[in-house]
Amino acid sequence: MRRLYLLLGLLLLVLLLLPLVLDKYALGIFVMIFFYAYLGQSWNVLTGYTGHISLGHALYVGIGAYVSTFLAQKFGLSPWLGMLAGGLLATAVGLGLGFLGFRFGLRGVYFVILTISCAEIARLAVSHIDAVGSFSGIFLDFNPGFYNFQFRGNVPYYYISLGFMVLGSLAVHLLARSRTGRLMVAIREDEQAALALGVNSFKYSMTAIGISAFMTSLAGTFYANYVYYLSPNSMFGMGLSIDLILRPIIGGLGTVLGPIIGSFVLTPLSEVSRAYFAKGGLEGMHLVLYGVLAILVVLFMRQGILVYIKRALKPLLKLED
Amino acid sequence: MNLALALQLLIQGILLGGIYGLTAVGLSLIFGVMGVINFAHGQMMVMGMYISYWILVLLGLDPYLSLPLAAGAIFILGYVIQSTVVNRILDFPEAMQVLPLVAMGLILENLALLFWGPDHRSPSTALSLAAIPLGSATVDVSRLIAFALAIAFTVALFLFLKKSAIGTRIRAAADNRLGAQLVGIKVDRINNIAFGLGAATTGAAGALLLPLMPVSPHLGHDFTTTAFVVVILGGMGNLLGALVGGLILGVTESLATLVLPATLKQMISFGLLVVIMLIRPQGLFGGRR
Repeated sequence: MRRLYLLLGLLLLVLLLLPLVLDKYALGIFVMIFFYAYLGQSWNVLTGYTGHISLGHALYVGIGAYVSTFLAQKFGLSPWLGMLAGGLLATAVGLGLGFLGFRFGLRGVYFVILTISCAEIARLAVSHIDAVGSFSGIFLDFNPGFYNFQFRGNVPYYYISLGFMVLGSLAVHLLARSRTGRLMVAIREDEQAALALGVNSFKYSMTAIGISAFMTSLAGTFYANYVYYLSPNSMFGMGLSIDLILRPIIGGLGTVLGPIIGSFVLTPLSEVSRAYFAKGGLEGMHLVLYGVLAILVVLFMRQGILVYIKRALKPLLKLED
Repeated sequence: MNLALALQLLIQGILLGGIYGLTAVGLSLIFGVMGVINFAHGQMMVMGMYISYWILVLLGLDPYLSLPLAAGAIFILGYVIQSTVVNRILDFPEAMQVLPLVAMGLILENLALLFWGPDHRSPSTALSLAAIPLGSATVDVSRLIAFALAIAFTVALFLFLKKSAIGTRIRAAADNRLGAQLVGIKVDRINNIAFGLGAATTGAAGALLLPLMPVSPHLGHDFTTTAFVVVILGGMGNLLGALVGGLILGVTESLATLVLPATLKQMISFGLLVVIMLIRPQGLFGGRR
């Protein structure tokens, strides 16, 4: 185990030094890698660890993005604080959704449909609120500075998103090792058995969705201040909800390293192939490949890529399963 | 409130509801037999629209006449998807069942984008402008035909499931997979046919919808969610419930435009969906679970 931590520390050191040698385009790809790894990690808490499948996590990204941007534009509040406000609202919304789902016993596909519906309701509602730009969305003014969460060049974004990924993964790692985390896994494995043993499934499911919603919404604020443009479809749409679950599933569901590995594999592939196919006039081709890849992974590598990497590195790291 | 307008909207709602019902019957059939939700359902419907569009442009055949071709093509698509992917994931944990079908939807949507481009295409057919006056309201002939064909297709599907040998096997497999296997039914093949039929149904709905609304690659999500709402309304796995649910949703959405902007009518359906799931998850007419 110690060797694993050593390896991870070394990798982190390399990542910390990378901006010295990379150009803006390459840094941008790394920002997206970290961003999606963090998003996958946040989703992982609810679905990977606790077993409640959400296909509407864009809802929380959208809340984070819109709340911080709205507060910044109307009241001049720093997005760093707006991020917290968005996080609180997202937590409240997540808990509300969770209350409906868990209290009324919606499980499996019913819960999936509940999450999709809530995200779609939010998307449609935001599309009709003029104060946040309705259909056309919001363009952010560019005022670089730490207070405004906006920067010239990609280096600050690189470190912020790296921080998100590392701290988020650390938080999930600690959560997974805690009593709460283990009870969450118990609920995922067999909810009836957990209930029979006296585990308060409702309480721990609510904890999971609260944490997951809060973490997810922080990424929304980051994303808004990275792309400078919000629209209901890009922030609340089902496309983002799908995008965000692919990496943890491909990397390995319910593991801390899964979303990170999934993102390191899938994000560059997606960014590079998107650019490549768009040049050849084949828009959408990269998403076709994406879908094929996702299906192949589910069919033939159910546990995700992580298991294979672990197996390969086992002798080197002296891992004991 | 304008009564004539309300009547007009009511008629339109019922006519559109027949098509909603048709696509939902397909989704419900797939759920009833395999226990999986076809997250690519709306994308299959869009494929049905494009295929009948293609036939119309290339061969000049009216969408109502090319209906069997579109349904047949989507049947094959569904059959292949079931035999290559879905049969392998039936025993997987639910998170792993959701992803392949979501991914399938992504693939179909972007294939449509690759083949036909992002533009909205609305073909004009011979009947698209004809209308029958009915008191103060009018009935579009194309909508009426679409409705009639949707009902006819649904009835044919019911009869097939009730009367034919394959239909009986499908119902047996839906009832008890293991039991069906024990009496010698090749359940994998029956699953393929059932998924194909469910897909064909939504493909047919797409073909019927083509003369009524312009087609574009990204319509699929909306169709999928509409079918979800209808199926949950009628009860998962309950085919007759899906048909009635379609009519209810069609009328509700249509009448909602009296008080809400048309772009918000979907909010009504999602709100309805959430409420039904919470207070009556088995659907209005009882489902399979």
